[in-house]
Amino acid sequence: MYIIVVGGGKVGYYLSKTLLSEGHEVLILEKDAKKCEAITEELGSVVVRGDGCEARTLADAGTERADMLIAVTNEDEDNLVACQVAKNKFKVPRTIARINNPKNEALFKKLGIDVTVSSTNLILEHIEEEVPTHPLVHLLTLKGGSLEIVEVKIPQNSSVAGKRMKEIDLPPDSVICLMIGKWGAQVPSGDTILEAEAKVIAVTRPEAEEALRAALTGS
Amino acid sequence: MNVVIMGCGRVGAQLAALLDEDGHKVAILDVEPYSFRRLPSTFQGAALVGDGTDEDSLKRAGIEEADAFVAVTQGDNRNVMAAQIAKHIFKVPKVVCRIYDPLREEMYHTLGLETISPTTVGARLLRDVIVS
Repeated sequence: MYIIVVGGGKVGYYLSKTLLSEGHEVLILEKDAKKCEAITEELGSVVVRGDGCEARTLADAGTERADMLIAVTNEDEDNLVACQVAKNKFKVPRTIARINNPKNEALFKKLGIDVTVSSTNLILEHIEEEVPTHPLVHLLTLKGGSLEIVEVKIPQNSSVAGKRMKEIDLPPDSVICLMIGKWGAQVPSGDTILEAEAKVIAVTRPEAEEALRAALTGS
Repeated sequence: MNVVIMGCGRVGAQLAALLDEDGHKVAILDVEPYSFRRLPSTFQGAALVGDGTDEDSLKRAGIEEADAFVAVTQGDNRNVMAAQIAKHIFKVPKVVCRIYDPLREEMYHTLGLETISPTTVGARLLRDVIVS
C-alpha cells in the first residue's frame, strides 16, 4: 500500500518505521527541516519537506495514488485539514487522524474523517488500567461506539462473589465473556461460579457501564 | 444581529468595532488577552479569552444564539475547523472564514463554506492599481 504520513514527530517517525518494516511504501510530509534531516538519516529518503495541508505539496507527493493518509501532527486542526484535503481533492480512500483533544472526536467523524485515534484517551485508558483501586477499566470501544469491552475486578466482599453466573443480575446488553481467576482464564457457562478477586472481561453498552460496575462489585 | 468573531487581530478588531457601531451584539474571542488592546474604548460587546476551535469556549461566547460567525485568526486551519464547528455542530446561519492559501480556499468553498482569501483579493487589488 502507498501510505502518506503527515507529521514527522515521534508518532509519525515510529509509525512510518513500523509501516516500512511491514513492506508498505511510505512518504512522510514534515515542515521542519531538522526533523526531515533526522528522519532521512534513520529511515532513508522517505520524507519530503512541506506542509501536508497544502494541496500543492500533496499533489507533488502523488497523493492521488495513495491508499491511505494518516495525519499525526500535534495540532488537531492541521490533522483535520490534511485529511479533508486528501479526501476531497485527491479522493484518498482512507484517512486517519490523530486527535489530541478528545472533544474533537465527534466533530472529525461528522466531517468525514474515516478513523480517529485520540492519543489523550488512549493514555488515560492505559493509566486507568494501572490504577489498582479502579474496579472497572475500559479495554476497547467497538467500532461505532455502541458497545465496549471492559474489565472488572470482583472485590473480596462483592455480593455476587461465589454466585453462579446465571444467578447474577446484569444490566441489559451486558455479557461476561471471560473470567480470569485463580485457575486461569475461562469462558464461563451459566453454572460457573464467580470467584472473588477474579477479573472478568465483559461486553456492555457505555450507558450501562455504571450499572454493570455496581452489579459486579456489589456497591 | 448576534455575531461571534474568532481572532482579535487587526481585521477581527476592526470588524468587531464596525459591527458594534452599527448596533449589533458582538462577542469576540482570542486566546491572547493582549489582543483586545486593538478594540476601541467605545466597544460595547464582549471580549472573551478562549479558543474558537473549542466547543465550550464557543458556547460561552453565545454561539448557540449567534446569527453569524466569522473566523479570522492567523491560522488557516484553525479558521477552517472553527467555521466547520459553527456550521455543522451549532448550525449558525451565516459562517464566514478567512483562508490565506488560495488552493485551500477554493476547496473549502466547493465544500460549502463561505470563504475569503485575502491573498487573492489583495493581489487583484494591487494589480488593478498598477495597471489602471
